[in-house]
Amino acid sequence: MSVNQQAHTGLPYGQPQPGYQGYQQSGYGGQQMPAVHHSQYGAYNGPMPGYQQPAPPPGYFPSLGFPSKGSPVCLNSDTPILAPNFIGALRAPPPSGAPPPTSGAPVPAGQPVYSQFGQGDVQNGIGASAVQMQRPSASQPFIPGTAPTPVSQPATFQQYGPPPTSAQQLTNHMAGMQIGTSSSAPPPAGLGYGSSTSVPSASGSFTATGSGHYTPYSSSQGPPPVNVSHGLPPTSLSPNLSLGQPAFSGPPMSAQHPPQASGFVSPPCSTGIGPSSYPSTTGAPRPSTMQGSPLPGHALTGLPTSQPNHVSSPPPHPAMSGPPPGPPVLGLQGPPPPTHPSPSGYQMQQNGSFGQVRGPQPNYGGSYPGTPNYGSQPAPPPPPKRLDPDSIPSPQLSELPPQQKPRHRIDPDAIPSPIQVIEDDRNNRGSEPFITGVRGQVPPLVTTNFLVKDQGNASPRYIRCTSYNIPCTSDMAKQSQVPLAAVIKPLATLPTDETPPYLVDHGEPGPIRCNRCKAYMCPFMQFIEGGRRFQCCFCSCVTEVPPHYFQHLDHTGRRVDFYDRPELSLGSYEFLATASYCKNNKFPNPPAFIFMIDVSYNAVKSGLVRLICEELKSLLDYLPREGSIEESAIRVGFVTYNKVLHFYNVKSSLAQPQMMVVSDVADMFVPLLDGFLVNVNESRTVIVSLLDQIPEMFADTRETETVFAPVIQAGMEALKAAECAGKLFIFHTSLPIAEAPGKLKNRDDRKLINTDKEKTLFQPQTSFYSNLAKDCVAQGCCVDLFLFPNQYLDVATLGVVPYQTGGSIYKYAYFQLETDQERFLNDLRRDVQKEVGFDAVMRVRTSTGIRATDFFGAFYMSNTTDVELAGLDCDKTITVEFKHDDKLSEDSGALLQCALLYTSCAGQRRLRIHNLSLNCCTQLADLYRNCETDTLINYLAKFAYRGVLNNPVKTVRDTLINQCAQILACYRKNCASPSSAGQLILPECMKLLPVYLNCVLKSDVLQPGADVTTDDRAYIRQLVSSMDVAETNVFFYPRLLPLSKVDIDSDTLPAAIRNSEERLSKGDLYLLENGLNIFVWVGVNVQQSLIQNLFGVSSFSSISSTLSTLPVLENSFSKRVRSIIDMFQSQRSRYMKLIIVKQEDKLEMLFKHFLVEDKSMSGGASYVDFLCHMHKEIRQLLS
Amino acid sequence: MATYLEFIQQNEERDGVRFSWNVWPSSRLEATRMVVPLACLLTPLKERLDLPPVQYEPVLCSRPTCKAVLNPLCQVDYRAKLWACNFCFQRNQFPPAYAGISEVNQPAELMPQFSTIEYIVQRGSPTPLIFLYVVDTCLEEEDLQALKESLQMSLSLLPPDALVGLITFGRMVQVHELSCEGISKSYVFRGTKDLTAKQIQQLNSRVRGYAGSYEARPLQTQEQPLISSRFLQPVHKIDMNLTDLLGELQRDPWPVTQGKRPLRSTGVALSIAVGLLEGTFPNTGARVMLFTGGPPTQGPGMVVGDELKTPIRSWHDIEKDNARFMKKATKHYEVLANRTAANGHCIDIYACALDQTGLLEMKCCANLTGGHMVMGDSFNTSLFKQTFQRVFSKDFNGQFRMAFGATLEVKTSRELKISGAIGPCVSLNAKGPCVSESELGIGGTCQWKICSLDPSSTLAIYFEVVNQHNAPIPQGGRGAVQFVSQYQHSSTQRRIRVTTIARNWADAQSQLQHIEAAFDQEAAAVLMARLGVYRAESEEGPDVLRWLDRQLIRLCQKFGQYNKDDPNSFRLSDSFSLYPQFMFHLRRSPFLQVFNNSPDESSYYRHHFARQDLTQSLIMIQPILYSYSFSGPPEPVLLDSSSILADRILLMDTFFQIVIYLGETIAQWQKAGYQDMPEYENFRHLLQAPLDDAQEILQTRFPMPRYINTEHGSSQARFLLSKVNPSQTHNNLYAWGQESGSPILTDDVSLQVFMDHLKKLAVSSAS
Repeated sequence: MSVNQQAHTGLPYGQPQPGYQGYQQSGYGGQQMPAVHHSQYGAYNGPMPGYQQPAPPPGYFPSLGFPSKGSPVCLNSDTPILAPNFIGALRAPPPSGAPPPTSGAPVPAGQPVYSQFGQGDVQNGIGASAVQMQRPSASQPFIPGTAPTPVSQPATFQQYGPPPTSAQQLTNHMAGMQIGTSSSAPPPAGLGYGSSTSVPSASGSFTATGSGHYTPYSSSQGPPPVNVSHGLPPTSLSPNLSLGQPAFSGPPMSAQHPPQASGFVSPPCSTGIGPSSYPSTTGAPRPSTMQGSPLPGHALTGLPTSQPNHVSSPPPHPAMSGPPPGPPVLGLQGPPPPTHPSPSGYQMQQNGSFGQVRGPQPNYGGSYPGTPNYGSQPAPPPPPKRLDPDSIPSPQLSELPPQQKPRHRIDPDAIPSPIQVIEDDRNNRGSEPFITGVRGQVPPLVTTNFLVKDQGNASPRYIRCTSYNIPCTSDMAKQSQVPLAAVIKPLATLPTDETPPYLVDHGEPGPIRCNRCKAYMCPFMQFIEGGRRFQCCFCSCVTEVPPHYFQHLDHTGRRVDFYDRPELSLGSYEFLATASYCKNNKFPNPPAFIFMIDVSYNAVKSGLVRLICEELKSLLDYLPREGSIEESAIRVGFVTYNKVLHFYNVKSSLAQPQMMVVSDVADMFVPLLDGFLVNVNESRTVIVSLLDQIPEMFADTRETETVFAPVIQAGMEALKAAECAGKLFIFHTSLPIAEAPGKLKNRDDRKLINTDKEKTLFQPQTSFYSNLAKDCVAQGCCVDLFLFPNQYLDVATLGVVPYQTGGSIYKYAYFQLETDQERFLNDLRRDVQKEVGFDAVMRVRTSTGIRATDFFGAFYMSNTTDVELAGLDCDKTITVEFKHDDKLSEDSGALLQCALLYTSCAGQRRLRIHNLSLNCCTQLADLYRNCETDTLINYLAKFAYRGVLNNPVKTVRDTLINQCAQILACYRKNCASPSSAGQLILPECMKLLPVYLNCVLKSDVLQPGADVTTDDRAYIRQLVSSMDVAETNVFFYPRLLPLSKVDIDSDTLPAAIRNSEERLSKGDLYLLENGLNIFVWVGVNVQQSLIQNLFGVSSFSSISSTLSTLPVLENSFSKRVRSIIDMFQSQRSRYMKLIIVKQEDKLEMLFKHFLVEDKSMSGGASYVDFLCHMHKEIRQLLS
Repeated sequence: MATYLEFIQQNEERDGVRFSWNVWPSSRLEATRMVVPLACLLTPLKERLDLPPVQYEPVLCSRPTCKAVLNPLCQVDYRAKLWACNFCFQRNQFPPAYAGISEVNQPAELMPQFSTIEYIVQRGSPTPLIFLYVVDTCLEEEDLQALKESLQMSLSLLPPDALVGLITFGRMVQVHELSCEGISKSYVFRGTKDLTAKQIQQLNSRVRGYAGSYEARPLQTQEQPLISSRFLQPVHKIDMNLTDLLGELQRDPWPVTQGKRPLRSTGVALSIAVGLLEGTFPNTGARVMLFTGGPPTQGPGMVVGDELKTPIRSWHDIEKDNARFMKKATKHYEVLANRTAANGHCIDIYACALDQTGLLEMKCCANLTGGHMVMGDSFNTSLFKQTFQRVFSKDFNGQFRMAFGATLEVKTSRELKISGAIGPCVSLNAKGPCVSESELGIGGTCQWKICSLDPSSTLAIYFEVVNQHNAPIPQGGRGAVQFVSQYQHSSTQRRIRVTTIARNWADAQSQLQHIEAAFDQEAAAVLMARLGVYRAESEEGPDVLRWLDRQLIRLCQKFGQYNKDDPNSFRLSDSFSLYPQFMFHLRRSPFLQVFNNSPDESSYYRHHFARQDLTQSLIMIQPILYSYSFSGPPEPVLLDSSSILADRILLMDTFFQIVIYLGETIAQWQKAGYQDMPEYENFRHLLQAPLDDAQEILQTRFPMPRYINTEHGSSQARFLLSKVNPSQTHNNLYAWGQESGSPILTDDVSLQVFMDHLKKLAVSSAS
């Protein structure tokens, strides 16, 4: 343990600090804190949107943090507990216990848990959690801490909620906060917190910390109130672990806080507490706590060892071991009973309970509440303390009674924080290149910037796996329930400092392949018999080496030309395909782009048509080119349409363009051949003249009806006639109701939501489009669809063809020129310019023993093995699931080879090969040690999103929860060191699984809010299906940055904060991005100077929320913020819509939707609640 | 009186009418025994320099079933201001405008010299002429270029306010919008799918939608012309546009792989053209002018597949019932033709290709609507260019020699009924008391629609004498026929031309010689030929020939003078003497003989035969042959192989071809270059003379004949050799032992043999 710890400390601490601080801060007043976060993940800290028992978090974190610190020692002691991170906070019992707790006020759900635990001691519970928290850094776990916390939060919210006017709000908040605190025991909490510093001491510390926190905040800013909100947390503090409250007292919090306080304002607290990683500063204090906690927190059992990454984990372990046993139980028991009253209900109930505590906040989600929380926030800090829980127990006990109510909650800072994890990884792995030579290496997280050196395995930019260590047998795989999947992005764009795949030309005979399985030559092929033959690494078949390819072997059995041949030394490379790889054995023509513009009334009136035409004039100079070739080989064509189609002849020899109208939409055909697809430079004048005239020609149109299927047919026929592949860019505005094939009717029916028929909303209303898509794929016709709907237009149906042809859909609802033009144009530019392959076929070959069985993404499959893509661009990702069909061996590992045959933008036929070697294991622990949660989430999201096509959404959600519970339960059962059942123990690599999974469950597709349209859901569903890991990561857990923490003079970004309202401060500005939108959230109390600098207006009230871009102002703050936004924009495949959200403005509802750790309006659980729920599920499985 | 010959000529000059019989047998029975039916050739718009139209409405008989026009044959009571209809004997009041009428102050229509009179009437608003070009783009580059130039040229010939439209087709059909600035627009249709009239209407409505500004106007009535004006624009407005558009016309861009024909959607293109006019300009004068360079190869109306290895149907295939597409295609074009006719529009077909272009299937389009049919080898020939130019030729008043949307109504006195008509017309199905039950040609009606006609368009109209034998007509009784043609003059005026003629009745038993003398054998030959050709369209060739032969034999039996069973005693009177010869040539003509002609050629020949006036028709039946020699002025010579002499130049006019044939010696002289020597200037003149004469014919003929300049022994001489009576063949050359003429290598019987047979059969008591 100690070792681990050290390790952790080493890395984590140092770097983590920021993170921690971030956390703390966020936790606190959220005020400044938010800004702190940098790291994308807010690991544990993350606000717990969660489920019922949100509360827990805080507690957990702290515990975690503690562990790390103190853990060492504890660990040692605990050592026994290998369990990497688990938060065992709650002991199994929670459920049962539940009932009583309620009373416990704070934690409803949690209470139950508590109750169980409680019986023991709140502290115990807490302790556990705390411990775990620490581990988090390592792996871990949350503690079921359970809902309580969340509840508390809600409560707070409610209070806040009230806050109508800003000013008042403040006061209210303040009041609320105070009140809250007071009501729910906040006071104690608060105090406790203050004591937090003292954390170490445990209970005593609580108060201490609590106060401490507060003070810091206050000191830092007036905001203290904010802290107050945290206060809630406090309640929750303990919550972390159900018992947490007790834990609460948990010194951890205090401990952390203190440090942080010192260091930063609030940050320290939470952060410190949380993960082991705390900064040294925190560390110091914590240690004590940690120790304390560790002991208590069984969770600590730090398996740290196992989990290298998370240093922190180790500490926890100890803690875990130690504390859990004893204290937790106590804690739980203790608190629960009291608290509760809490209805048995876990998390959910918790909410309720929370509510009770603070007051009922109907919406939890209410990030709003959050605000209030701020005030109360201080409380949260306490949670950390819980970490200490272990130690706490005793202290808590003393305090518990009083505080119980509030503390039932889990401290959000104590549960695994995505921010923290991200930050840790960035610090640990961002500095050195990732060298792919070693089999089964887990790459850095997608959020980490790192350089890849290809030494025989494909870069993680091309392939990421859910696990880099595959169970040898299917039994193991089934037991673990960890899906084996690879997320493949064959044409991914590499950073400029990495070399793109080399192109290998083997001339006439073509690439060397295995005779039997047809795998392509790769570094893993074994040359034998002096190099005359090679043995296939996939199927073991021996194949003759063709004479022209023969080369002698050196003494190691390697070919002498090993380094000269990319296919022998690299993981990714390309072959030049021969004619036999082409359709009809004929080399393809260069592809074509066809722009198909809706010119119905809506499109013309909104100025869209003119905009597109203007843009195309310049955009056509930027068609994708290959390498250094001067001129793009891509030809272009133009079509406009409403109820009929208009084709244009823009042949260079014409004096003026010719328009050809086809009104026979029932039986589409292309009216011209020559002159439709032209070279841009040759026909420039004609094209320009055409683009000038299109808006004029239709300026007076009255036609409102449109067709759609015939448009695609036309494009496809045009490509067919030109005998080339290509891409259609369709700009469409309305439901195609004109009489034509593929005509649709409005079938939107919100009443279907949550019924068995909900799935029909995702299914196309006619099979026509599927058939059309099939034809398109056969022709290599990829469709990109830009939608500009003013009402329902059935994305589910219209999207079928783009989806199955590997195209993209872009949607601009209620398109308005002024606000959306920038976004649309940027998307269009990017879409036109991006690298793309056509008429592609992808096949994934694997070692004997596993087999690719399922595929997710935008493509079409006519058989079970070949993924056919009419087009594949650099952003499209295919997720492939593998299943065992035999045994694997640890010696030889498992190999994947993804071969993509495609036509480049210059019309060259190529094969891109990616190879990846994975380890195989006979021990489940190895599996869990080499998982990647982000990839797992990517897979699970895609799996779920496909599931909604055929199953009720609820079933899909349950399946997901169930699967995750099984994964975690399997770990707990087989890999974690023995510990109290009440502890939630999470594998280090999967400690974020609950929070991320919760985000998936709460997403619009699986749990739509009232304002989410059917089209939006269908759109998101398809969008997610081809996202890569980085995109799903930020999509489900948005990045939230405090803008006022921005360092104007450096390029580094402020630390991210967790997505919870309670992390937000009224006096601050925040930036939130999820890959689709960027929000700039402006607190009501933001300094005027900042407002002036950023918006160029003098006061908060004069900020226009309709801005779609930030004004260009000549001051360093404005420049910096804009450059950050620009940077984000450049990182995403789509231009994000910028939305300015003023606190308490109506748009804030929208914003809060993205605070994913909070309970959502649509019923999505907060993080804490969900964690508790998860814990319960796990325990059920274990029992 | 002059001779009947003069009488006939005079009547033709004045009324444009030639009757087979100029004295009519007075009973049905007798009439049927005359063999040649009572019929006439009517040239409704025969050019009459001396006929100024009158500017008022005709006066009509008030009996609803009659409505005959007041004419010189009517009895007029000047005092009572009454007139008696000479057809139904209804007594009618003169209209008020005729109050001043008296014996010395007669309106024109009562004067005998105005048996033909033309009224200009005001009916509705005048609509401009419409010309819709339907252009095949699957042509060779040169052909297309030539065609484009011809079309551009034609724009300058059109009256400025005429509406023009352009449809092009190849694999697709494009309807061009003509009023666009900056961009040329066209509507494109698949060539494989026919459009219903409704769809074309929708096209129009779409145009409306897209031309939003028009839609705003609530005036439904205004809308129609506005819409159509997108496709049909006044020449003066879009002259430049259209010229450019034509200039930019490209060959059909779709690749034609080896061994394939280009895909040509003639059927659909035509259908769209018809639909377009149908929807927007019904019953106004419009010409759809189809220019095609090959057979339709896809879609409705396809005549042959696109595989070059399957040749287009021949007569042989048709006889074997081996022409896969023929029936369907014919059906398609028939439907189109009938629709077009119903709307009063006409379709011209200009088909220029070396191979067949499907005229057989498409013929009805021109036949039923009065359109032109022109067949050439290429658009890049003067044959096409001049013919096309001549479509727009003008008369001495500077008006186009074309008229549109004519209705011909025939009224007869009671003893006569109408059996039918043969010519470029369709029935209007107007039943009436004067419609006979027995049909010849297009019958069952007394009104026909002739969608387009020119001054030479001639219809054959067949009558039936219905007077019963037992109800003799009083001595001196006259039968009357009135032809009323209402039409749209090319100046867009509506006009009515009324021709009223009367002929004496004669009792065939007692006055046969009168009837015999009044026989117009030329008219009769043409009328019989039209019947024969008409039958040939639907019957087997041999049946028609047999029918013709029987008719001829019967006629000879009836009117010949002979002793039974003594062929040598057989004689025919002068008025019948040429008739057998006509029949001989008719039997050999391409109208009835398909041998050596493609189905397209047959259709082409028959088309023209069914509409040309008597003179031209006769030339078609029996070509004219002139002989040029040093021995005197050019002289007509027998169309006989004996006329082919070495020292003569022959000029043959078959209507479709002008052949100049140099005799053997002449040809040698020419080769020796004598014509270039000053001392042989006379030879140069001799050579030049037939060229000049030919030029004269070429100048006036429509369509322009194929001009063949050939000489003895050349392959082109076959045009001459196939026409002349093969009096000398390889079979009888030595038997005759004559020094003159040149033998024809044929098994065809000569006129001599034919006559011998005829006599034998005529005098035979067996038949």
